[in-house]
Amino acid sequence: MSKIAIIGVGQSAFVRSYPGSIRELAFEGFKEAMQDARLTTKDIDASVICSAPEYDKQRSPAGVFAEYLGLNPQPTFYVESLCSSSSMGVRLAYSLVKSGLHDVVAVIGFQKMSEISSSESQERMGRGADIQWESPFGTMMPAYYAMFARAHMEKYGTTLEDLALIRVKAATYGQLNDKAVYRKPVTFDMFSDPENRMSGPVASPLRVGDCCANADGSSCIIIANEEKAKALCKKPVWIMGLGAATASVNLAGRDVFTGLAVAQQAGKQAYEMAGVAPKDIDVAEVHDCFTIAEMMAYEDLGFAKPGEGKELVKDKATYKEGSIPINVDGGLLSKGHPIGATGGSQIRTIVLQLRREAGDIQVKDPQIGLVHNIGGVGLYGNVTILSR
Amino acid sequence: MGSIKEIDDRFKKFGTVSFTSITKTNDFIDYLEKGKVMGTRCKDCGRVFFPPRADCHQCFAGNMEWSEITGTGKLVTYSKLEFAPIGFQEDVPYCIALLDYGDYKVFGRIASDLPEEEIKVGMEMKTVVNKLPNDQLNYVFAKTE
Repeated sequence: MSKIAIIGVGQSAFVRSYPGSIRELAFEGFKEAMQDARLTTKDIDASVICSAPEYDKQRSPAGVFAEYLGLNPQPTFYVESLCSSSSMGVRLAYSLVKSGLHDVVAVIGFQKMSEISSSESQERMGRGADIQWESPFGTMMPAYYAMFARAHMEKYGTTLEDLALIRVKAATYGQLNDKAVYRKPVTFDMFSDPENRMSGPVASPLRVGDCCANADGSSCIIIANEEKAKALCKKPVWIMGLGAATASVNLAGRDVFTGLAVAQQAGKQAYEMAGVAPKDIDVAEVHDCFTIAEMMAYEDLGFAKPGEGKELVKDKATYKEGSIPINVDGGLLSKGHPIGATGGSQIRTIVLQLRREAGDIQVKDPQIGLVHNIGGVGLYGNVTILSR
Repeated sequence: MGSIKEIDDRFKKFGTVSFTSITKTNDFIDYLEKGKVMGTRCKDCGRVFFPPRADCHQCFAGNMEWSEITGTGKLVTYSKLEFAPIGFQEDVPYCIALLDYGDYKVFGRIASDLPEEEIKVGMEMKTVVNKLPNDQLNYVFAKTE
C-alpha cells in the first residue's frame, strides 16, 4: 500500500480584519505552502477549497480561487463542514491521491469573518445548528458549548477555574506565535476580577475568556503520493490515520453531553488506521473553540479518562514540556478561529513540529502528532494522525 | 378565472425568528395554537420522534401520526444567554435547555419567569406552549407543581 504525504504547509497571519478580498486572503496561505514545498502551479493536479458559507458574498469560491491561485485548467472541489471544513478537505485530497486520480493536491481553507458584525456572525454560527427546530429559540455556539460545560461540571465536578487554566495556557503560547490574532497574556486572576473583560458573561457558565477569537485567515496543505513526495520533498510528513464522523444536528438526538460522540468515533477510527494508541501521540492540536471543548477533547481522544481532563491541565501535562503537549501554537482561543482555515492551520502546526521547524514552540523530538477538528457543536468530527 | 394557490407557510410562526416557513410538519403550529406540543410517532414501527418528523428513516413507511408530549422530563443541561444573535436581542437574558423524557429529548427554552436560582440540573420539568411578545409561538420548560 502506497503512503500519502504532506509536502507543503502554509497559513496567513490570523487577523481581526484582513485588508483585502477573499481571493487575496487565500493567496497568502497558498503562497507560503507553495514556497515551503518549492513547487510551481504546474505541479498541482487539483485543488480543494474549504470554507463555511455566508460570511462573504462569493458563491462557488472554488472556481474563483482556482483562477487567482494560477490553478487553471486543473479541476477544483469545494468542501464544507463548518469549522472542520479544511480537515475534511484533507480527507478528500487523501482519497483523490490514494485513488490514483491525482498525484498532488492543494487544500486551501479560508474565512473572512470580518465582512459581517459579531452578532450577525453569532446568528450565522447558530444556523450551523438545526434551523427548523433549534435556531428559533435564539441559539448560538457559545451557548451550545456552555450546555456541555454545565453537564461536565455537574457530572465530574469540573470548575470554571479548571477551564480558566486552559485559556491561560493558550495565551502563554499565543504570545509566541506571530500568526496569532490574540498575542496578549491572560492570567488566572483576570477571571475572578469582575472589572476584567475575560470574566464578562456570554452564555453561562462560559465567560468571554472561555471563547475563541473570531479571525480572518487562510491555510494551505499540499498532499502527494509516495513517489512524488520522495522526489519533491526532503522532509515529507506521512498521513497515518484519518477518522471522520457525524451526529444528530439537534441536541435532542444526542446521548452524550459531557463529550462529543463524533470526536470519540473519529479518534477511534484514526487510531485503528494508524495502528497507534493515545499514549503514542507526542504532540496534538485539538479544537478549542471554547475552553470546555479542549477539556472534552482530552477525554474523547483518550489522553485522560472521562472526568479527569482537568488533571492534565492542572499538572501542566499539556504544556510544551509536559507528557502530551496540546495547542502549543495558542489554539483557536489565542491563535484565532477563521472557520474554514482552522483545520489546515492545526495540521500545519503539527507538520512543523514533526519537521522540527516549530521554533519557540518546538516540542522535544516528536515522532507522531494528532489533529482533532470539530464542525458545529459536534455535528462533524475529524481526527488526523501524522508521523515523520 | 385563475385560482390563487394558497401557500401553507404556517411554520413561520415558530419561535422569535423562524428560519423555515414551509414543512410537512406545519400542523405542529395548529397544535401549539390549541395549547399542545406534539411529536410524531411512526404507526408501523412505533418510534416516537421529537422534534417531529414527516418521514421515518427506520422503516421508510411514511405512516406518521401526531403524539402529544405529556408528563415531565429531566433537565439535562442549560445555558443562560447574556448576548444574543441578531434578531433575538430583545429576548435577553434567556435560557436554552434540554429535557430528557426517556424515549426522546426536547430542546427549547426555560420559562422566563423562573428565577435562575431555582433551576437545577436533574429537576423534573414540563413542556408548555408559550406566546411570545411579537405574537409568535414557541414552547418553554416550566416547573412542575
